[in-house]
Amino acid sequence: MDHYLTLPGWGLAVFQSLLYIALAPLLVGWVRKVKARLQNRHGAPVLQAYRDLYKLLAKEARVAHTASPLFRAAPYIVFTATWMAAATVPLLVVDLPTAAIADIIVLVGLLALARVFLALAGMDVGTAFGGMGASREMMIGALAEPAMLMAVFTLTMTAHSTNLSSVIDHHLAEGFILRPSYLFALGGMVLVAIAETGRIPVDNPTTHLELTMIHEAMLLEYSGRHLALMEWAAQVKLLLYGTLIANVFLPWGIGRGMSAAALGVGLAVVLAKLAALGAGLAVGETVLAKMRLFRAPAFLNLALLLSLLGLLSHVILEVGA
Amino acid sequence: MSRLDWLPDFLARLAAEHLLAHSGDEAVLAPAQRLVLDPEDWGNAAKVAARMGLRHVGMWADPSEGAGIVTRVATGADSTPDPQGIAVYACLEYQGGYVVLETAVPLDQPVLPSQTPHFPGLARLERHCHDLTGVTFQGHPDPRRWTRHQAWEEGEFPLRTDFPTAGRSVRHVGADADYPFPKVQGSGVYEIPVGPVHAGIIEPGHFRFQAMGEDVLRLEERLGYVHKGIEKIAVGRDPAALARLAARVCGDSTVAHTWAACQAMERATGGAVPPRADWLRALMAERERVANHLGDIGAICNDVGFGFAHMQCARLRELWQRRSRALFGHRLMMDAICPGGVAWDLTAEAPALLLADHTALRRAAIPLFDVIDDHPSLNDRLISTGRLSTAQVRALGCTGPVGKASGLPFDVRRDCPYPPYDRLEVVVPQEREGDVAARVRVRMSEIQESLVMMDRLLMTLPAGETTAPLPPAPPGAVGLGLVDGWRGEIMTFVRFGADGRITRFFPRDPSWFTWPALEQLILGNIVPDFPVCNKSVNGSYSGEDL
Repeated sequence: MDHYLTLPGWGLAVFQSLLYIALAPLLVGWVRKVKARLQNRHGAPVLQAYRDLYKLLAKEARVAHTASPLFRAAPYIVFTATWMAAATVPLLVVDLPTAAIADIIVLVGLLALARVFLALAGMDVGTAFGGMGASREMMIGALAEPAMLMAVFTLTMTAHSTNLSSVIDHHLAEGFILRPSYLFALGGMVLVAIAETGRIPVDNPTTHLELTMIHEAMLLEYSGRHLALMEWAAQVKLLLYGTLIANVFLPWGIGRGMSAAALGVGLAVVLAKLAALGAGLAVGETVLAKMRLFRAPAFLNLALLLSLLGLLSHVILEVGA
Repeated sequence: MSRLDWLPDFLARLAAEHLLAHSGDEAVLAPAQRLVLDPEDWGNAAKVAARMGLRHVGMWADPSEGAGIVTRVATGADSTPDPQGIAVYACLEYQGGYVVLETAVPLDQPVLPSQTPHFPGLARLERHCHDLTGVTFQGHPDPRRWTRHQAWEEGEFPLRTDFPTAGRSVRHVGADADYPFPKVQGSGVYEIPVGPVHAGIIEPGHFRFQAMGEDVLRLEERLGYVHKGIEKIAVGRDPAALARLAARVCGDSTVAHTWAACQAMERATGGAVPPRADWLRALMAERERVANHLGDIGAICNDVGFGFAHMQCARLRELWQRRSRALFGHRLMMDAICPGGVAWDLTAEAPALLLADHTALRRAAIPLFDVIDDHPSLNDRLISTGRLSTAQVRALGCTGPVGKASGLPFDVRRDCPYPPYDRLEVVVPQEREGDVAARVRVRMSEIQESLVMMDRLLMTLPAGETTAPLPPAPPGAVGLGLVDGWRGEIMTFVRFGADGRITRFFPRDPSWFTWPALEQLILGNIVPDFPVCNKSVNGSYSGEDL
C-alpha cells in the first residue's frame, strides 16, 4: 500500500477530512428540513445547523465550579477522535493514505475513545442527569459495538482485509453481486447507526426532557464552544455512519484515482446517496415514536443477530462459491 | 333535592358515632348542604364520611374577621364568641350532592383533628391550610411545611388579619434548601433531583426521584415555587376585581376559574345571570377544554418522540386560539367572564363562523385521533404506562381526565349541573385501564363531545342581555362555586365582608388531587417514562401554588 503515501494523496486526505467537518452540519440540517416538511412545517433553513454552531462558538463557555480539567478537555478529545475516525472512511475517493494507516478496528476504537470521554465528562460535574446519560450511553455502546464489529467482519471476510479501502475496492472489482451476507450486515449496520447517532426510536435528539435523554443528558452542563464541539462531533458521527453505509455497502460512484473528474463525480454521488439516506432517516423518525429505554437492548440484539446471520451466511453460502 | 337523598343516612351515621351535626341555614352554601360540627368531632366526621364512600372536594380555613362567629353561634357553643376565631370548612360530595362541614377554632389555640387519615388526598390541603392560617391538624401523617418556602417565617400566617397584604419584606428570597426529603437506603439506590429549573420552558416544580437503575422506587413532588399570594391579595377586592384575579389563578383554566368565582359571588349575593350569558360562558368553557386537550394530546405524543402528532395538534390548537382572539377578545378568553354575565357579546355572524370551525376541526382531528389511537409505536409507549387504579383515584378524589380514565366518571356538568348544562345532554367518557393511553382516549372523546355540545349551544343561543348587575352583597355572605374545568371539578369559596368587599377567596384547583396521583402512578415505571406520565396528568403548578 506504499503507493498511497504520496504528497497529493496526503493533500487529498486532508481535504477529505476537512470536507467531513464542513458537510456534517449540512446533513443534520437536511434531515431536520425533510422531517419538518413531513410534519407539514416549513422548518428552519438547511443551513441553520451552521448558524447554531457559529452562535455557540461565539458565546462564552461557562463551566460548573465542580468541573475538573477533564470536563474542559473532553470536548476537544471527543471532537478530535470522532473527526479522526471519520477521516478513515473514504468519502470521495478510495486509496488515500489515511485508509492505509487505519483500518476498521481503529475506526471502532476511535469511536469508543470518544464515547469514553463523553461519558466521563457527563459524570464529571456530578449532576444526576450526566451520570444517568452516561450509564445509558454505555449500555447502548456495549451492545452496539459488538454488532457493528460483527457487521464489518462480514464485509472484511469477503474482502480478506479489514481495510475499508480494500473492502470497497474488492466490492467494486467484483461488480454487483447480491450477497445475502451483505444484506444482513447492512440491516445490522443501519440499526447500529441509528442507536449510535442517538436518533429515534432509540434516542430523541430534539427532546427537552432531561429524564428521557441519553446523548443530550451528558451535554447538559456544556455551553459555548465546548457545546459547539460536542454537537459538531455528534454531527460528524452521523455523517460518518451515513458515509459508511453509503460508500461501503453501495460503493458505486466513489472516485478511484485523483483526477478532478473522479473527485467531482465522487462528491456528487456521495451527496446524492447521503441525501437519500438522510431523507430515509427523516421518514423513519416521523412514523415512529421513541421506544422505551428498555426496548433498546432488544433493538440492538436484533442488530447483533442480523450481523451474525450475515457472518454465518457468508461462511455457509459464499465461502468457496 | 334528589341528589341529597343520602343525607339522612349520613346524619344517622354521624349520630350513631355520637357526633352532633347542627344543620345550619341550608341555603347559605347552595347547592351544598351546610353542616356545623364541634371541633372535636372534625376527624370522626371524616371517618364516617369516608366509610360511607363520600368523596372529599377540599378543605379550607377562613381566618377573616367575623368568620368564626357565625359558625360558633350556629353551634350554640359560645355565648361570648371569640371575634378572631378561624372557621374551617370541608366539602364532600356523593352522587352529585354536596355537603359542607363547618367548624370553628379559637385563634389562640387553633387545633383540629386531621381528616387526612381518612381522605389521603387532603394531605397537602391541610398542610397548605396550616402554612397560611396556622390551624394545626392533629394526627396529620406529614406535618412538614408545604406552601411556605422561605418567603415568610415559621409562625407567621399570611392569611390572618394581622399580616400585611404587601407581605413583611421585599428582600430576595433564598433557595429552599433544607426541605427534609425522606431518604431511601440500600445499595444501588440513587437520587435524581429534577427542577425547579427545567431544560424546557415549563412551570417550576421540584421532583425528587429515588431510583434503582432505571426503576422508580419513590417520587416526591415539591411545589409552591409559583406562590403568588392569590388568597391574600383577594382580600378587600370588589367582585369585578376578584373575577380578574380568579382569571389569573391558572392561565390555562382561566375561563373555568373565573366562572367558578363569579358563580360563587352570584350565589352569595343572589344575583341572576341572563340566559345568554350562561350559554356564552359554557361555550367558552368548552372552547377552553378543546384547546387544552388538543395541546395535551400533542404534548403526550411529543414526550414519546412522535413529533408528527404534536405538530398537528399544535396547528389545530393555534387556529382555535386565533379564533378565540378574534371573536372572544383574547386567545385564552381571559377576563371574558365578569360577575353577573359576560363582558362582551358574540357578533351576529360569529355563530356561523364557529359552526364552520367545529366542522373543520372534526374533519381534521378525527383522522388524526385515528392515527394516535392505532399507531403501534405509540401504543407500545402509552398502553400500560403510568397505571392508576380506580381505588387509587377514589382515595385521592381525582376528577377530570385522570378520574375518568380510571373508572370514576364524575363530572359536575352532568352530576350536579349548573346552567346551561341542566338543559344539555352531557356525555361523560369513561375508561377503565387508567394508563396514559386511557387518559389520551378520554381527552379525544371529550373534544368530540364538547364539539357536539358547542353546536347545540350555538343553535339554541338565547337572545337578550349578556350581563345583569350584581346586587350588593349582604355582610358576611358566603358562596360556593362548582364548575367543571378541563382538568376536573373546580370548587371556589368566597366570603364578603361588611363593606361588600371580599374577605376570603379560596379556589381549589383539581390539581390538588391529581399531583399526588402522579406520585403513585409512576411507581413501577422507569425514569424515562416520567415525562409522559406527568404530561398525561398535567397538573397545574400555578393552580395549586396559589
